[in-house]
Parts: sequence; structure tokens; C-alpha cells
Amino acid sequence: MKPAPFDYLRPASLSEALAALASGGDEARILAGGQSLMPMLNMRLVQPRLLIDLSLLDELRSLEARDGWLTVGAAVTQAELMARPTLAEEVPLLAAALPWIGHFQTRNRGTVCGSIAHADPSAELPLCLVALGGEVMLRSARKRRSLPAAAFFLGPLTTAKEADEIIEAVRFPLRKAETGHAFREVAMRHGDFAITACAAIADRNGLRLAVGGVADRPIARDWPLLAGAELDEALNAFAWDLGGDDDQHATARYRRSLVRRIGRTAIEEALACRP
Amino acid sequence: MTALKSAATTPQAESAAGPLVGRPIPRLEDTAILTGAARYADDLPVKPGTLHAAILRSPHAHAEVLGIDVGAALTMPGVAAIVTGEEAKRFASPFLVGVKAPMEHWCLAIDRVRYVGEPVAVVLAENRYLAEDALDRIEVRYRPLPPVTSIEQALDPASELLHPAVGSNIANTRNFLYGDPDSQFETAPHRLSLTVHYPRNSCTPMECFVVQAEYDPAEGGYEVLSNFSGPFAVHPVMARALNVSGAKLRLKSPPHSGGSFGNKQAVFPYIVLMGLCARVSGRPVKWVEDRLEHLMAATSATGRRMDLEAAVDADGKVLALRMQQTEDCGAYVRAPEPASLYRNHGNLTGAYDIRHLAVVNRIALTNKTPSGLNRGFGGGQLYFGLERLMHHIAVTLNLDPLDVIRRNLVPASAMPYATASGGQLDSGDYPATVEEAIERGGLAELKARRDKARAEGRLYGIGYAAIVEPSISNMGYITTVLTAEERRKAGPKNGAQAAATVAVDPTGGVSVSVASVPQGQGHRTVLAQVIADVFGLRLEDIRVVTDFDTAKDAWSIAAGNYSSRFAGAVAGTAHIAAMRLRDRLARLAAGQLNVRPEDVRFENGKVFAASNPENTLSFSRLAAAGHWAPGTLPEGQEAALRETAFWTPDPLKAPTDADHINSSACYGFIFDFCGVEVDRVTGQVRIDHYVTMHDAGRLLNPLMVEGQVMGGFAQAVGVALYEEYAYGEDGGFLSGSFADYLVPTSMEVPVPVILHRESPSPVTPLGAKGAGEGNNMSTPVCIANAVADALGIDTVTLPLTPSKIAALIDGEEPPRPVVAGAPPAPEPVKTAGGRGLSGEGSRTVPATPEEVWAILLDPKELAALLPGCEALDLVGPNSYRAEVVVGIGPVRGRYTAEVALSDLDPPNSLTLAGSGSSALGTGRGTGHVTLERTAEGTTVRYRYTAEVGGKVAAVGGRMLDSASRLLIGQFFDKLIARAGGPAAPAEKPSLLKRLLRLLGLAR
Repeated sequence: MKPAPFDYLRPASLSEALAALASGGDEARILAGGQSLMPMLNMRLVQPRLLIDLSLLDELRSLEARDGWLTVGAAVTQAELMARPTLAEEVPLLAAALPWIGHFQTRNRGTVCGSIAHADPSAELPLCLVALGGEVMLRSARKRRSLPAAAFFLGPLTTAKEADEIIEAVRFPLRKAETGHAFREVAMRHGDFAITACAAIADRNGLRLAVGGVADRPIARDWPLLAGAELDEALNAFAWDLGGDDDQHATARYRRSLVRRIGRTAIEEALACRP
Repeated sequence: MTALKSAATTPQAESAAGPLVGRPIPRLEDTAILTGAARYADDLPVKPGTLHAAILRSPHAHAEVLGIDVGAALTMPGVAAIVTGEEAKRFASPFLVGVKAPMEHWCLAIDRVRYVGEPVAVVLAENRYLAEDALDRIEVRYRPLPPVTSIEQALDPASELLHPAVGSNIANTRNFLYGDPDSQFETAPHRLSLTVHYPRNSCTPMECFVVQAEYDPAEGGYEVLSNFSGPFAVHPVMARALNVSGAKLRLKSPPHSGGSFGNKQAVFPYIVLMGLCARVSGRPVKWVEDRLEHLMAATSATGRRMDLEAAVDADGKVLALRMQQTEDCGAYVRAPEPASLYRNHGNLTGAYDIRHLAVVNRIALTNKTPSGLNRGFGGGQLYFGLERLMHHIAVTLNLDPLDVIRRNLVPASAMPYATASGGQLDSGDYPATVEEAIERGGLAELKARRDKARAEGRLYGIGYAAIVEPSISNMGYITTVLTAEERRKAGPKNGAQAAATVAVDPTGGVSVSVASVPQGQGHRTVLAQVIADVFGLRLEDIRVVTDFDTAKDAWSIAAGNYSSRFAGAVAGTAHIAAMRLRDRLARLAAGQLNVRPEDVRFENGKVFAASNPENTLSFSRLAAAGHWAPGTLPEGQEAALRETAFWTPDPLKAPTDADHINSSACYGFIFDFCGVEVDRVTGQVRIDHYVTMHDAGRLLNPLMVEGQVMGGFAQAVGVALYEEYAYGEDGGFLSGSFADYLVPTSMEVPVPVILHRESPSPVTPLGAKGAGEGNNMSTPVCIANAVADALGIDTVTLPLTPSKIAALIDGEEPPRPVVAGAPPAPEPVKTAGGRGLSGEGSRTVPATPEEVWAILLDPKELAALLPGCEALDLVGPNSYRAEVVVGIGPVRGRYTAEVALSDLDPPNSLTLAGSGSSALGTGRGTGHVTLERTAEGTTVRYRYTAEVGGKVAAVGGRMLDSASRLLIGQFFDKLIARAGGPAAPAEKPSLLKRLLRLLGLAR
């Protein structure tokens, strides 16, 4: 379990990183926390010619709440975000979801943007980004652009990021007034990939439920303020639309059943915690 | 964790008065382990010029090996040699097999691979990185064969034969009859039956296999350093496979181990393989197994199917048992298998007094990793059947499960008890032990909790398990697989010889070495306790030498660390050696003290006369005498320098002609009960309270026993709830990382209440019995019984995952809602479990069927349709060889693929088949395509099946379905695009449109 040969670059600036990425193209990969990439390298599932390490770039360490957004730079670790004292007020869904991400050791190195870029269908951060309607800020040597989360995730490990782009930052909308949030997940063990994860958001006008671990990427659905049998019906339709697959740990049917059940619990919790 | 607390309050335990044995002394070895000073096999230095090995492994569960091309790999930088089955045939032999069957198992595949991960070739290079680079360049041509992936399939005479020469996938069947079960079944008021399956799993040590091997051409011998753990009965197997005598295979093991739980036994084929590599390359060779290799191909507990039938009287007393055990030993019966099936033969009736027994034992061959030693060895399997049966009897006859256990336990008055199949249960009072556990463990409170929970509508259950824990295996039990006639020809096998050497040095230091390799049993601590007591010394005066060398240490075939033999056999034998040495020292001292030898005492570093403690010598002075002044020893007295003792338990005889076998020297007793709650919403099991009561004979160090119980319990929780080596229906291995093979962490393992009674064994020198494996045997079924009680059902299959439990407690799934006016949405892709992927779909193409047909039949067009196709060469009518780079996201593999079109019915339908392999593994798929003329052009319908094997399947199981759909979608979207149609399919417009744009395939 040793990686294939590659060059390692620790650029002194973002522009150097972007230039290297532009010339390396498809054969270059970005390294941040390495919590997914390093095992994939060691198993030779990924064999880049060039690894560009962004983890020490100060330019990418920004973590700030401004103009209605919490912006998280590419080098910010999950642990750093979790340790932000004001997070529970700013983006309560993230504060609820972060403890579910792996273990404290992996959060110490794993970055927020790295998890977004990796696009694991079961991962919590892509789910939160989709649930909240966050944005992915992409940058290449050519241009800058941002994509809404729902347009960014295309499938398993597959995103709309082009080969010469990096995720410079992601941004999560700050909590809106009268909004409640809840996060629920079922995994085999604490810290495992979610079998099903649900993020619920409720305000005075409607509900949103986003689900990870079932479809090939996180998917959100909006409803008016449903309750009772109507909510059950809506959840059932959503569960079937998400589909799900069998794997050795859980059946598609079980995943759908969790959408109906913990999805409902999450919605009820979000409704209840509206200020 | 009371013992931990009591130990913490007495850190200077050894300073207290009285013997050291029996005290909860913290492990002396932990300082080295916890400070990083311990040196493990991989830390030990290698000789200059050592080559590093990387092993090419089969991505197929079952295939013929048609050819191996190592040409390109040999030219890679740093590569010194590549070893294949050809070299194995020249320099090695197949391994000896423990059943009479014409089965050839070589250290490298010769002409067929039989499990995913089977070694096919070895690259030897200057370092591991370069070796792995070259692995990717070896080309192996395989012809896949149908795999056998279950015991049921192996039992089917129509299944593909793994070993055609054996003639069946059942390698051995034996029938045993004890007493007269048939007449009991005729007259018994009740006959109950139950079939259970036990899954494949393993205790997964932290440290994987390590081998350093050298060949000395002058001596014609091999020297190997490896973390092999024994049994050394496997040493002759290795020597024979290397075509040398045992003396020419010098095997050493390092002083520290990163865990084994039996697993390190399975390094032995690699000892042979690396010996072969050293011989072929002419240089020392080192190999370190990585985690993927270990999980995929090292070893596994056997899977077992048990078909049980009991004749039972009205109050639950079992009058007779019939059991059919079918053991999944994997692709080869690898030494010491079929030991898993026979290790418990003397205690097949567990802790119960059941006089009539009929047994059918079968050994099944499947396309899975060969099985081997694993903590609990055969016991988890046996008791899962037996204790589920006891629970089933209670439920069926409407009795309390505890009463059924009570009515069947061997009574204390019957001890020592001869079991129906020949076991000698040596000591204990099982009924009293159960009652004590109920009292001290709080069963009454637990029942009250259950009643309260149930009154609130919660799913709460209580489970029980009563078992005997065998220890110190009889080296003859495996021969029970042979008929009496075959045994007579082979010669008798019995006993369990342990060896220990104790020596005193000229300064009065004492060293001890034993024919046992430490794996966490606390050799350093327990042996120091035992030896220090004998000589009246302190713990720090005893040097315990824990590395081992077959060329210099005393050993026999029973040597090694397995079958819980350390406390009973090994520590006991060290005690015997020490006592002999002390007796000689006493004779020496008697002359100097002018007393009789039996009056000499050894205490506090002094040697003195019992009658006159002032009449004293220091121990070091006495020890020095034999070294410095052998010439002045009394007439006829030998110097007391060193003593080696061999000991074998007296009750271990060879199987009788009637197949009675006392398979172990002693038998501890365990009674467990627990309360669990099942979450109605998620199906998750929570262990609320767990009590485990042990009678392991005399406890040499209660703290060590507590650690053993905790460790075994944690692993058993894994077996019950999380762990399984999972295989797809295609034989693909699916548990290649610790993200898929789920070992419980401290978050998931509750702390059990641990209770003890001590009934010293009359068999072992110190009265100790094994204690380390019991919970691996009792706990999985105890939890399963509790879950069965909670759910009120009889079918519980390990591991008890939330998904499985939800399937048991949930009713019908709410149907998919029908939306008025909308076309019926496609059903989600159904897979039958495992990684046999399948699906179907349809697209409308704005072209005539003839035009679509022309695209599909045109090689240039086909090349453009295949995802990632870089070259497509015609190799026959409608058959192609393609170079494709296939991947999902950053994961990409370059596959050389065979692509063929068949069943051509122009312009209506065809079958497109492809198969390929890369360093990432194999892929195979078949798609049946039909073209149907419509008003808009052509409706293209497709049905596909696909299989993915090798590394990608082993570590990426969660995403294989969606990844396959993505790739197949790419093919059809390109087809639509080539035919001039819109790229947007009906169901998922945004996803595919973006994807195609991303791939540059659509506007």
C-alpha cells in the first residue's frame, strides 16, 4: 500500500498553486487535509503526477462571517470550524453536524472544502451545504466563479469543478430569523459513513429536508409547513425518489425507511427549535 | 472494572507479603509498549542488500490462470526478480493437507486462482514502492470460472469444482454416533430443530504479517524471522513445502507482538513464499503485509452452518442431539484446518449433560480466503448453534430459558465429567456458578428493567449463554477427522507438549524462556510472578526472554501461543522447570547450611534453613557457586545452572476407535446474561447491561484475566453487531478497509460486569485454565439470544446490523406514490445483494433503428461511445480489444478490455459484452439492447448486469452501483448525442447534462 510516484509541490502563494494546477491539468490533484486523498493515494486508486498542497497557505485560512455568509477558506480544518465559539448562532446546522464527521483526529486534519471537493455521497458537509443553499467559490488561473451547492454535486466523487479549478472557499448562509435546524444521522458506528443523514430546516413558511447517503449525492426538497399524514406522504415520495442502493451494510429499503423516520424526527426537531 | 481500580490502589503490589501468583500485578511489558520502546517484527533491522517484496494477488474469486507476462515489470527500475508459480514448482512443494484429499495448495497459484487475494506473483525490488510500481505492470491472463460463494452452493453437486481432483466441494464428511440418539428421538415428547449460520469474521490484529527470509546455499537451509505465533505443528508443514528438514528451516520470532488472536498462524504460507523468493533471488527478502492484504487474504474464522435437532422432554431436558456441522474452510483446507471443526469435539454438548449424540461433520470448499486460527476457534460457531437451540427450546415449550439451562447443566456431583464424545470436564460447579452469577450480577433487577421497558412499548430482551471454554488443545484432536482405520495407518497423535527453560546466572539473576510467543497474554509479567515465587525473588530479578528461535530454544510441535494454553500449560511448565532447578539449588545449599534439602527455604533473596532462619546464604552467592566453583561441588552433585522441562497434560490421549476424544486438557465454565434494547425507529441494538461469570480455575493474575475478558468481549461485540468478511455473489471481496470491516471502538463496547469463581484444574501444574477465548464463544450468542427475546423472533443472523433488524421488525414498505398524469418513474435498481450489479433503462434517439444500428456496429463509432476509450482494435468478427480509462471522479484505472457484440438481430437487438482488468481490479458487464421504431425515432432499451472485482470492489462497495449507473449512462448519452438527438434524458436532466458538458460530450 504505497502510492505511485508523484511530485509534491507546496506553493508559496495561491497564484503559484493555480499556475501549477493549470499546467498540471488532469494529472494534478489538490491536497489539503488528506483524510480521503491519502488513503486513495496509498491504495493507488488515485495516481496523480503532481500533488499541490494547499494546507499551509495563509491566504486560504480565512474563516469569517460577513454580508450574510460564513465563508470558510480551503485550508480551514473541520476542527477549526467546530471550535468557532459563535458557530451555533451563525450556522446552527453546521454546529449540529460537525460532531458526526469522522472522529476528532480526522477533523483535526480534514478540511471543510476538502470534504466538499471529495463529494462522498454520505458526507455530512456536502449535505449541509446543499441543505443550506450554500455556495462553492471556485478559482482557476483563468477566472473565478461560484456555483450553488445543488449545481456543484453531480454524482459519487463527481463535481462540476473543472480540472484547473480549486475550491478557494465555501460559504454557508448565516442563520435567518425564525429558522430552526436539526441534524440526524444513522451510521453503523459513531463516525462511520452515514447510512442515511438528514438535515432539516424549518421557518414560518415551509420546510426543507436534505438527505445524504441515499442517492448518489445530497438532495434537498422543499415543502410547505406539512404535518401528520401529509408529511408522511411527502417523506415517502421523497424516499422513493432518492432510491438508494443495497450495499453490504444496509439495503436500499432500510435507507428509505430512515428517510421517512429520522427525516420526520429531524423536521419535528427543526420546527420545535425555531426561535 | 473493579480489578483495575484495586490494582491502581496497590501499585507496589509486589512489596506486599505473600506469593506474587494470584495478585493483580499490572503488566510489566506495558512500559515498553506504551512508550514506543517495544520493537516489533517490522522494526527489526534487515541485512544489507535485502529486497522488498510486493505480492500480486488475484482479483478473481475463481479463474484459470492462462498466462503471466512479467516482461514489462522486470524492466522497471529497482526490480531484481519476479517470482511466479513456475519457481514454486521448481523449488517448493504443495502444503500438506489435514484431510485425505488430492488437493494441491501451493504458496503461489499454479494454474488456477480460488479466492480474491490469492498470491499469483511476487515482485522483489529495492524498496516496497518500486515493487508496487512493477506489480501494476505484470499482465496475467485469466479465464473466469463460476464461483462457489456459500455453504449451500458447495453442498450442491452441480457447483463448479474448486479442486477437480477432489471430485466434490465437500472435502470431507464424517459421521459420529455416541449413545443411542435414535431411540431417544423415537420416544421423546418433543423434537425441535433449528438451522443457524455463523459468518466469516476475524479478530484483526493491529500488526499485520511480517517475514524476513534468507537462504543459505552453503547449508542448503532457510533462516526466517517472522511474527508467526504457532502452533509449531505447522513448522514441519513449512519445512516440507520448502523441501528441507525442520532443522534447515530456522524460524525466529521477535520479542514483541502487535496482536495475533491466532491470526499470526496464517503467516506460514508467506514464510514459505518468502523463503522461495530468497532462494530465487539469492538475496534476503522482507515482506510486510498491508491492511488491504490482511483483510482480503490473510485468514478468517470459518463460516459454519449448523442443522440442529433435539429430543427434549416436557421440562426442557435434552435427551439427545443431532447436529450437522458444515464448515466453510474457504478455498483450501490449510493447516491446521479442519481444526476449527474438531477443536470442540470433546465438548460438543457444551456445559450440558447430554448422553446421546449424533454428529455429521462436513468440510465445504468455497471461493473465499482459507480459514484459520482466530480467538474462540470453533467455539463461537458451536455455541451459536447450541445456545440458540437452548433458547429455541425454551421459547417453543414456553419455558424460562434459564430453567432450560439449569435442567441441562452437568451437576457438580458428576465432576470430573466424561462427555458423550469423550471430553473430560475437569472441575467446577456449574449450577452453583450460575446461581452466584444471577445473584451477584443482578438478574432480578435486569428482569424488572425489561418488564418496565416492555410496559412502555419498547423492545427489550434478555439473553443467556452457558458454555465450557476449552483450553490446551490435544494435538490429536484433528485426527478425529480421519477414520479409525486411517488413524491407525498414520500413527497415534496426542498430548500438548509445552517446554520451558529456567537458568540462573553467576550474579543470581534468573532467566526464563518458553516455547510460546507472546501476543498480549502478559508473558513477561506472569512468568516473572511464577518464577520469582519459586526462588523467593523479586519480579525485577527475573528476566523473561520473549523472543524465540527454533534452532536454540526447546520446543515441540505443540509450541506456540494458541488454544489458551499459556496460563495452564506454559506458565505451569515454567513452574516445573523452576522447581527442579530450585530442588538442585536446595541440595547445594543443604550442604553449606548443614541441613536436609527439604528444610531449605527461599525467601526475600535469601536461602536459609527452615528451622533456623539465621542460618542463611544470599541467593546470588548460591547461584554463583555452580558457575565459579564446579570443582568443589559435593560428590555426585550437578551444578544448578539451567533446567529445561517438557510437560504434557496426562488426560490428552489419541482418539479412540469409537471416536471418543478429549480434545482439550481443561475446560473452564462461563455463564453470561445480558439485557439489550432494540431501537424501533432505526433497528439499532444497544447493550444495556452485560454480566459475564467465569470459572477459569486458579487465576495467576486477576488483572490480566480481566484484560483478557475485556478484550474477548469487545471482539465478541464486533462479531455480534458489526463484523463480517462480506463477499458478493460473484465472489468479490467487499470488506477491504476498516471503513467496511467494522471493528467496534470504545464508543460501541460497554463495560461488562466481570465475575469469577475459582475451581482449580486438577490437570495443570498451577491449577489454571485458559480464560482468554471464552467471551468470543459465549458473548455473540448471548447477545443474539437477547435480541431474539426482544423481538420475539427465532431468526437472528450475525452480525445483527440495524438494516437486518429493521427488515425483521418493519412491516411492508409504504408503496411508491403514483402521481397522476406523470409517467411511471423507473423502479430503483434492484440488486440481489453483493456486488452483482444490474439495472435497466431506456432512451429515445432521434434516428431510425437502422441508423442507430449502423453506429453500434461501426468500430470508430463504438470507440467514441465507450467511456474513456483510447483505442479499439478489431480482433475478430464483431470483437475488439480496447484500451479504456474508466473512472469516477479522481479514481481512474486503465483497463485493457475485450469487447464483443453478439446475438445480432439487425436492426432490432444485440448484446454488448465487455470485460477488462487493471491494477484496480476487474470489471465485466453485459448489456442487452433492443431498438424499437417509434414516431420520434428509436426507443433504445437496455438491460445490464455487471460485476466489479478486486481492489475497487473491496474498498469502494458503497459507491459501485451509482458509479456503474454513471458509466452506463455516459455510454447511452453519447449514443443519443451521436445519433443527433438531445443529450438530455427524461429522468435526471440536470445531472447528466452537466456531466456531459463536463466531459465535453454535449453542448
